[in-house]
Parts: sequence; structure tokens; C-alpha cells
Amino acid sequence: MKDKILLAHGSGGRLSHDLVEKHLVSILNNPLLCKLDDSATFEIFGRVAFTTDSYVVHPIFFSGGDIGKLAVCGTVNDLSMSGAVPLYLSLSLIIEEGFFMDELNRIMVSIQTAAEEAGIKVITGDTKVVNRGNADKVFINTAGIGLVPEGVDISGSNARLGDKIILSGPIGDHGMAILSQREGLNFETSLKSDCAPLNGLVAEMIEVSKEIRCLRDPTRGGLASTLNELADKSKVGIRIEEARVPVNEAVQAGCEFLGFDPLYLANEGKLVAVISPEETEAVLARMRRHKYGAQSEVIGEIVPEHPGRVVMTTRFGTSRIIDMLTGELLPRIC
Amino acid sequence: MNFLDQYRNPEMVRRLADRIHQRSTRPVRLMEFCGGHTVAIMKNGIRQLVPPQVQLLSGPGCPVCVTATADLNKAIGLARLPEVIVVTFGDLLKVPGSDTSLEKVRAEGGDVRVVYSVQDALGIAQKDPEKSVVFIGIGFETTAPTIAASILEAERRGMSNYYVLSLHKLCPPVMKALLDSKEVRLDGIICPGHVSTIIGSRPYEFISRDYGIACVVSGFEPLDILQCIEMLVKQIESGQPKVENAYPRAVRPEGNKEALKIMESVFEVSNANWRGLGEVADSGLRLKDEYRAFDAEEAFEISQRSVSDPEGCICGEILRGIKTPLDCKLFGKGCLPDHPVGPCMVSSEGSCAAYFQYGATSHER
Repeated sequence: MKDKILLAHGSGGRLSHDLVEKHLVSILNNPLLCKLDDSATFEIFGRVAFTTDSYVVHPIFFSGGDIGKLAVCGTVNDLSMSGAVPLYLSLSLIIEEGFFMDELNRIMVSIQTAAEEAGIKVITGDTKVVNRGNADKVFINTAGIGLVPEGVDISGSNARLGDKIILSGPIGDHGMAILSQREGLNFETSLKSDCAPLNGLVAEMIEVSKEIRCLRDPTRGGLASTLNELADKSKVGIRIEEARVPVNEAVQAGCEFLGFDPLYLANEGKLVAVISPEETEAVLARMRRHKYGAQSEVIGEIVPEHPGRVVMTTRFGTSRIIDMLTGELLPRIC
Repeated sequence: MNFLDQYRNPEMVRRLADRIHQRSTRPVRLMEFCGGHTVAIMKNGIRQLVPPQVQLLSGPGCPVCVTATADLNKAIGLARLPEVIVVTFGDLLKVPGSDTSLEKVRAEGGDVRVVYSVQDALGIAQKDPEKSVVFIGIGFETTAPTIAASILEAERRGMSNYYVLSLHKLCPPVMKALLDSKEVRLDGIICPGHVSTIIGSRPYEFISRDYGIACVVSGFEPLDILQCIEMLVKQIESGQPKVENAYPRAVRPEGNKEALKIMESVFEVSNANWRGLGEVADSGLRLKDEYRAFDAEEAFEISQRSVSDPEGCICGEILRGIKTPLDCKLFGKGCLPDHPVGPCMVSSEGSCAAYFQYGATSHER
């Protein structure tokens, strides 16, 4: 019989100790973590970026990733969107009693693989086991610390008139991949989540230009909500062109079938950048050379009209408002 | 090429729009009966492509919007019963009844589950035989056959814990009621695409014959809708109203006989209560006597009480095509997608939601 997580794994006793040593630390293995002191201690100088996020995705294993990869990439990307170079992560696991030990191991390996790719280390953490039914298999919280290089000033409120908006690739892959595997909706698709750490891409962009005003990763709420946040924070109007927003065919087909708009689907490996018009071409060219930015496009610009609003020019030359996502995405009846 | 691109070709869209401009010599009023068409029109900015004398009115074709508050209260009442699992399509979740919604009842501990297919409701019933599973059967002729099939399947499997609350509505009878009310003057109807895949195009013949109104069945892509509008304008300009089909890839004149047979074997025509229109004769479907064991209305004591629509809400008039969302004082102020007052703002296919979500210019929003 496969080993399962028991309540005793969270008791603080021998089983807890074994869980941490054999299943967590042995995989994440690095000198700062392996000390297993009450706090990790390290030296850091300069402008620090600090962020945290919790991951409760369902299903926990999906095409293109799992909750562990998501927890690392999500926090790495949040740091990256302020221009920071990610350094250290904390990892908190809330595990449901009865969760399979081999599934936990799979998630831990995935965390380590993603952390390695991003060049970030998990240096502190926590594990709790809760009664069956009090969590859905496993919840993960990560917090991340990074350093913002000298001269970099990236914020959602920095967009200026005339700036161009770059999107790093096709939207909706993660949202549709998750939906396609959700209970009650299972449909076949070759789609994979785009889940990826974007710090490498951001580092190259910053190398090309210090005129990157805003960076955001359009996760939940999709591209539409991200653009609305930027329009709101910077008090500017945004106009995008439908024909220039890349969407994979499988995402488009899934959206037609369910009555969804890809603009509102979640992404986990894409970024939106607002860049001065003079620097746009150079940044775009560099992004297209990176594996996570190969399909980057300029999708629109900052305009003087309709401050605080996002408007899209359709393929037919007509206009429509792009609003924020309201509530959860629900498929239509007919 | 993507299979959808051919119905979204910008060059062809422009050409069709030009042709409509050339053909159109006088004001015409066209009603898109179906909420899916309203969404497609707003999403693609089709109002901006047609000449101003071609007025597009939204009709009562959103199954969520036309569900009467009293019927919503029934669904909510069922969700409050401890032994009942209410299963529904997602659209219905947020629609307010008299004092709450299925979404809020779920948050209070009621067992309300969203499915994407009625077959999943059967699965839930089979998995949990101790509980009664009630599927909220809303929709037009498009969804009724699959729900009928679920009842036949439940009977075949000998299931005794699966029920349907039948709130189905039929399109041609309500079109007739709308025209008989003479509240709205129409020259043409953009007939519903998905409904017509089931019933065909023939059931609309009375509209052109008895009321002199042009009818064209349309698909949901920009080119489908523009082609439909062009055909309607051509009919109206020539003074020869008839029923035409601009959606032949999905709709046959006689419809889907197999689906109709299944629907008619389980359901019989009944009167139905429509939001904004009240009771419309022969516009609903109820379970036939031999399937009454699956009827939630028979199986459960559902409390009935008098209901009134929320104050200031003009959803009823919007559904009848006599007012637009822009005529509503609550639109975009007291009534928003986050805090909807009426169903036209809640449903993804509701006129108010479409106007709010996609309206781009001041006259559209």
C-alpha cells in the first residue's frame, strides 16, 4: 500500500522530523536550508523586493506542471515583475491527512526543478498536516525575496502617453489546460499550461532598456484584468488591437465551446510590459530571442482618450470596452 | 487556417457591411431574439458596422433572464433542503431570487453544484444515493432534449434519487406573444441559431405569413450575423417577408428529428411563466405523466409566496424589446455585474451584461 500522510506527520515528533528530513530537505538540499535553524540567516544589501502568495490550484497535477512548479514560478514571477532578481524562497505546506507520500515527493521534485531553473533557493519553510476534509490535498504558500538592480524603477503606476504595450506570447494556455482537466469538464486537448519562471526573460529585457515602465504577469483575471489594473494605477487610457493579441488555436476552440473569452483566462508564464516607444523595438527583438518570449508582440499603446479604461480595436475596425473580470468564469448554457 | 477564421475574415466583413449600407434605404427595426446574438453583436461591434437606420433590438432570448423570480425561488428553496443536492448550469448561480441566490445559499452550506453537462448530474446522483439530486432544467429547445435524455437514462438505470425542476421555455410561442402584444414594432427577426438546430427553420413561418415580418436564422460568428442582417434588409426592402436560413451548416428546415423525438417523449407542452411577460400559453415544457416520478415539483414541498421584481429594475421591458439597458436608471450604477439587481445583468448572455461588458462608445454604454 502506498504511504500516506498521517496526522502524526504534523505532530512535531519523530514522523514530522522524518518528513522534513527525508522528503523535503533532502530534495531542496542547500546549505542555508540544511542548517534547519529557526530562521534562515543571510546577508543582503540594496533595494529588496519581498512578496508572498498561496496556491490552492485544482487539480494539483495538470498538463504542463503541478502545484509545486506553480508555487515557485508564481512567486519568482511576482518578484520579477518589479524588476527584482529573485534570491530566496520560503515554502509552507498545508497537507491533508491521507495525502499520498509519493505525490508529495513528486511535488517536491518539481519545486526543486523550478527553483533551479529560476536560480532561487528555498531556505526556510513550514509543514502542517490537517484533518481529512480540512484542506484539498495540499495547499502551498511561498514568500520570496529578491534584489532590485540599481536604476530600475518598474511599477504599475509608471505608464505614460505614447508608451507601447508588449505581450510575451499567446494567452490563456494555463487557464484552459486547468479547465480541460477539471472534474465534470474533462475534454481532450494537447494544451499545456504555460507555467514558467520569467526572471531570465526580465533580466534580458532590463539589460536592453532601463525604460521599462511597468511589468505585470497576467495570472488570474487574465490579460483583460491586468490591463485594467495598469490603466487604473497609471490613470491612462489603453488601446489594444485584437488582431495582434496571440491566442493558440486550442485555447480559441475551448473558449468557443465554453463561451469564454481568452482575454480573461489565467496565464502563468506570460508578462505584459509597458515600454517607452523609443526602446520598444530593441526590447521586443531581445524578448523574441528568449524561449519564454519567442512569440512576443506589441499589442497596443497608452492613449490620451478614456483614462482608466481599456478599449480594444476589433479585427473589423470596431471598438469595444475590455472590462475587468467579474466573479468566476462560468460556462454558458446554450 | 483556424476553422473559425473563415467566419471572421475582416475583408469579407467589410464587404458585407458595405453591401448592407448600399441596400438599406429606410429605417428598419430588427430584433435578435437570442442572447448569444446580443453578445456576439456587442463583442464584435456590429452595431458600428451597420448603417444607423438599421436598429438592432435585444429580445427575450436568454434562458436565465426570462426565468421568473418565483421559479428562481423554487430552485433556491430546493437548495435549502438538507437532503437535496441542487445541480445547475453555472449561469444560474448568481441570479437573485426574492431575497438570495443559489450562490449565497451555497456559501451558507447548501449543496449547490455547477455542471457543464446534465450527464454529470446523473453521475452525482449515482455517486450519492442517499441524497436527492435535483437538476434545474432551464433553457430553450436547445437544452431540453439533453435533459429529457437524462431522465430516460435515469429511468433505464432504475435511479430513484434524480429529479428535474423543469423551467424550460419554447421560442416560437413567446415570439407570437411578443408580436401579439403590439408593444414593439418589428420589421425583421434574427432567429436563434442554437434553438433552430433543434426545431429547424419551419416553425417561424407563421411570423412572416401572419405578421409580415422577415425572419432569418443566424449563426453566431460576425459573418453569420452580417449575412443575416443583409438578407433581412433585402427582404424588407423588397417587401417580401419570408423565412430564410443563413446558418445552413447547422440548421435544417426540419430541425433535428431525433432530438425532437426525445424531447417530446419526456415533456409535454404547458404554460410557462416568463419574467417580464407573465404567463404565456403553451410556451413551456413539463414532464409527462409517465415521468412524474422525476418531477421535482411533485417530489418536494417547495414553499410558494408572492414575489415582485426588484424596485427600479426594467429587465421585463428590456426583454420585451421596448426598452434598452441604457434606458434603465440602475444600469452601471446600482446594477453592476458584481452586484446585479436584475437577471439581464447577471447572465453572460443578458443584454445588460453585454452592454456593460462590451459597449465601447457613449451611445452604446
